Amino acid sequence: MASGFTLTPRSVFAVLLLVGLGLVPLISGALAQPFYVTLFTRILVFALAALGLNLILGYGALVSFGHAMYMGIGAYAVGILAHHGVTNGWAQLGAAMVVGAAVALAVGLICLRTTREGGGMAFIMITLAFAQMMFFLAVSLRAYGGDDGLPISVRSDFGLFSLQDPNTLYYLSYALLLAVLLGMRRLIDARFGMVLRGCKSNERRMAALGFPTLRYKLAAYVISALVCVLAGMLLANLTRFVSPSYMAWTVSGELIVMIVLGGLGTLIGPVAGATALLLLEEVLSSLKFGLPWLDKLINQHWLGLIGLFIVFVVLVMKRGVYGGLPAGPPTAKGRPK
Amino acid sequence: MTTGLFLTQLLNGVQLGVLLFLLASGLTLVFGIMNFVNLTHGSLYMMGAYFAAAGYNAFDSSFLAAALVAIPGTMLLGFVVERLALATLYTRDHLDQVLATFGLILFFNEVVRAIWGPASVYMNVPQALSGTVSLFGLPYPAYRFAIITVGLLVGLALYLVIHRTRVGMLIRAGASNPQMVSALGVDIKGLNSLVFALGAGLAGLAGLMAGPIVSVQSGMGEPILILTLVVIVTGGIGSIRGAFYGALIVGIVDTIGRAFLPMLLREFLERSVAQAMGPAIASMLIYLLMAAVLALRPQGLFPVRHG
Amino acid sequence: MLRNFIRTAAAAAAALATTALLAQAQAPAPIKIGFMAELSGPQGALGQDQYDAFMLVVERNGGRLGGVPVQVIREDSQLKPDVATQIVQKLIEKDNVSIITGITFSNVMMAVHKPITEKGVFLIGSNAGPAPIAGAQCSPFQFITSWQNDNQAEVVGRYATDKGYKRVIGMAPNYQAGKDFVAGFKRMYKGEVIDEIYTPLNQPDFSAELAQVAAKNPDAIYVFYPGGLGVNFIRQYQQAGLLGKIPLLSSSTTDGSTLPAQQAAALGVISGTFWGPDFNNPANRQFVDEFEKKFNRIPSQYAAQSYDAAQLLDSAIAKVRGNMADKNAFRAALKAADFKSVRGNFRFNTNHFPIQDQHIFEVARDAKGRVSLKTIATPLKDHGDAYASLCKM
Repeated sequence: MASGFTLTPRSVFAVLLLVGLGLVPLISGALAQPFYVTLFTRILVFALAALGLNLILGYGALVSFGHAMYMGIGAYAVGILAHHGVTNGWAQLGAAMVVGAAVALAVGLICLRTTREGGGMAFIMITLAFAQMMFFLAVSLRAYGGDDGLPISVRSDFGLFSLQDPNTLYYLSYALLLAVLLGMRRLIDARFGMVLRGCKSNERRMAALGFPTLRYKLAAYVISALVCVLAGMLLANLTRFVSPSYMAWTVSGELIVMIVLGGLGTLIGPVAGATALLLLEEVLSSLKFGLPWLDKLINQHWLGLIGLFIVFVVLVMKRGVYGGLPAGPPTAKGRPK
Repeated sequence: MTTGLFLTQLLNGVQLGVLLFLLASGLTLVFGIMNFVNLTHGSLYMMGAYFAAAGYNAFDSSFLAAALVAIPGTMLLGFVVERLALATLYTRDHLDQVLATFGLILFFNEVVRAIWGPASVYMNVPQALSGTVSLFGLPYPAYRFAIITVGLLVGLALYLVIHRTRVGMLIRAGASNPQMVSALGVDIKGLNSLVFALGAGLAGLAGLMAGPIVSVQSGMGEPILILTLVVIVTGGIGSIRGAFYGALIVGIVDTIGRAFLPMLLREFLERSVAQAMGPAIASMLIYLLMAAVLALRPQGLFPVRHG
Repeated sequence: MLRNFIRTAAAAAAALATTALLAQAQAPAPIKIGFMAELSGPQGALGQDQYDAFMLVVERNGGRLGGVPVQVIREDSQLKPDVATQIVQKLIEKDNVSIITGITFSNVMMAVHKPITEKGVFLIGSNAGPAPIAGAQCSPFQFITSWQNDNQAEVVGRYATDKGYKRVIGMAPNYQAGKDFVAGFKRMYKGEVIDEIYTPLNQPDFSAELAQVAAKNPDAIYVFYPGGLGVNFIRQYQQAGLLGKIPLLSSSTTDGSTLPAQQAAALGVISGTFWGPDFNNPANRQFVDEFEKKFNRIPSQYAAQSYDAAQLLDSAIAKVRGNMADKNAFRAALKAADFKSVRGNFRFNTNHFPIQDQHIFEVARDAKGRVSLKTIATPLKDHGDAYASLCKM
């Protein structure tokens, strides 16, 4: 399916968002506020993770409540290896990918069994169960900090470049985001994506057509997990710290919120959702209206306002921030971008 | 390790299980009848504990006042939340329900911080129950004994209501086939609200009973919520029997694991490492159990009997 | 007449210029201080005491320390090391603070110590004092006004030896401070520690562990459970019928932050620390009176530590006249510790931890009938810590 560029509100939004994200280090340098690079790197990391989850959640309708565990695997790969003196980024990447793929295969095989009978509740719960197991495993690792977490003194070194410089870390995250976006686009438009979306609407029919649905779903699960592993590695480098809290079930919940907030079933949606949610959190905690009681309410209790906002999004803005934008008139090929 | 100690720990496990049952029964009914994933159930438990502490402290340390404030208060809160926000979600898919109730968790956590402050609030056990009973040669707190008793009585009462009354029959029918019940002319909306309020009341009771032994603080609902979800999935969604046995299993496995795994691990590992791994692995056991049940018998160990 | 006018005008202009210049000289930029503590959950009472006592000094001086206006940015770490690291990053990069104070819990301290000190920001810790930063990981930018974690346990260990207890069980939460406290107890206790029990930091229910303790029946039990954990522990200890049966020795478990909730359940419990509300020196009497009048509760040791931190900053900032750019001068001013501590003797060791006396207290009713702490002994005088020699400063 050729992807010609049509000028629709959606595409304009997408371009502006991506270009804007690319310009952040320049803007923050001009304003002499290094804090913004930190903030937006965080946004990029979670946008990446949300993109990963979106593959199976948005396109496959598999609600995984445990994808934060893969972020944890990526983060701990960096942390544990750095703790033992291995700061070579390629080694960390290799270890993270191998462990991540192994875990995703094993967990995916078991979890996807439950999607055979309808009722997605079992899948939600079993993915949650595995994430919790991973969480408690990390807590029990006293040698690597356990509950207190593990500080990372040196960031990953990739030979040609090191992530010591915040701007380098930012641009690496940005490049990865673009690469994954492109990869996802190709995957969705190809047969793989068709089968996945077919499984979402009617799996029995797909199976009847002769597709090995389990294999496709498992492949999608593993790919989505590996993207989250990548995001986790970047997060550990950003915060120079890793703790079991990176795998808390609430983090998985927030990833789902980002996808739905952005727009379920769209490609850029998760990026928009992550940006919107994290920016909202940041803005609310420092918003000042000048009225002391209101400022105090908003600054100290912004998380509650976010909670109400999520409810609002679910009840009213069903299609999300990006998903709610008109996609333009349907093209001759059937579906608008 | 003596038999006395083991039996005491077993009793502790039963006490935790009974508390989990109070919560799981309400949650499983809501799930089974309205097909509604209600993550806010943990927050109702938290609100029950806060209401209880507020009543206790406002009325000169009276546990009775705490009970009178907590249980009806939580039922009313549940009813209001259901009518205002949740009823429209019954027809939506699970993802939307999960998200909306997740948002409500965040909201309630901040509401209690705004009203009662970020530090914990406390209430004490009633005077009459502040002593100990001698059990197998070891002293056991009378209050925890009372929790077990109350929980078992509630279990019995629920059983009688569900299986011996007309309302219970409607609830069971609703769990099996909601459309049919509605087609037969029963006010399904009223039934839903009733079930939800009943669940909220049970959560409030659990909060009341737990108040004196744990710290009442913002976010206390989440760990319990997760355990409760494990209970109902392991036991079987929609099944009170499943909630009962599932809760006991989870409570006992968690407590015995927490108590004896460190001891076992200390044979091989350094002490503080064993003390960190013990409770963590004990917690993992519950999830392993749930994962095994889901993989092998997805409908749960004691599912609702259809047909 | 014109000459008169010019003369008057010139005088007025000169006066105006001088005033403007003087005003400039006397209006240095406000110093930004980040205050981060555990302000929510069961530990909230400790952080709150630290904050209230710190602000008591600031507000008493009209929003100034050392004569210079200060802006105190208050942050809640929620006892989450990862949240704390983010907050610290924000305080340093966005708010440009030159001092960070507070830090209640040791696990948070371990996470933020390096991020703060490596950026050249002064860390005036007013509670957590984990062993690593007293020893090999010490930094010239740290100054601790509380104690090293082991100290409060060491004094109880000495007391237990003096009382002749032969078999003791140690119990604490499973994190850096928990281990430090039990280790400190063992250092000075010459009897046998028959068991050490470490519970998960967020576990509020001790029924399983208390059953074990009852089964082993030791001569005494030594515990460290700060904040809300202490409230739960004491109440459950009493509910289990152990109070009065097995003597309870403690550190940081029964103090101003927990006694209001524990009340009579804590009577008779022994504790060891560096300060008590009944100390009779002028600085302390002023502190306790003002605190009780303003906040309507007895201050805890956490308040005392933070009050001293504010006094320390007051004296140091005055010494450098608000010039935070010269870090070496500020460090020297801090090291001098030229203020009247509420605990009596105070000076800094080579690792910037205090050298002070340690006392034993018993929970008893005070003159007004309130449940409080009564000083009963002073086993350790002018006591430093066991890790100073490891610190290469």
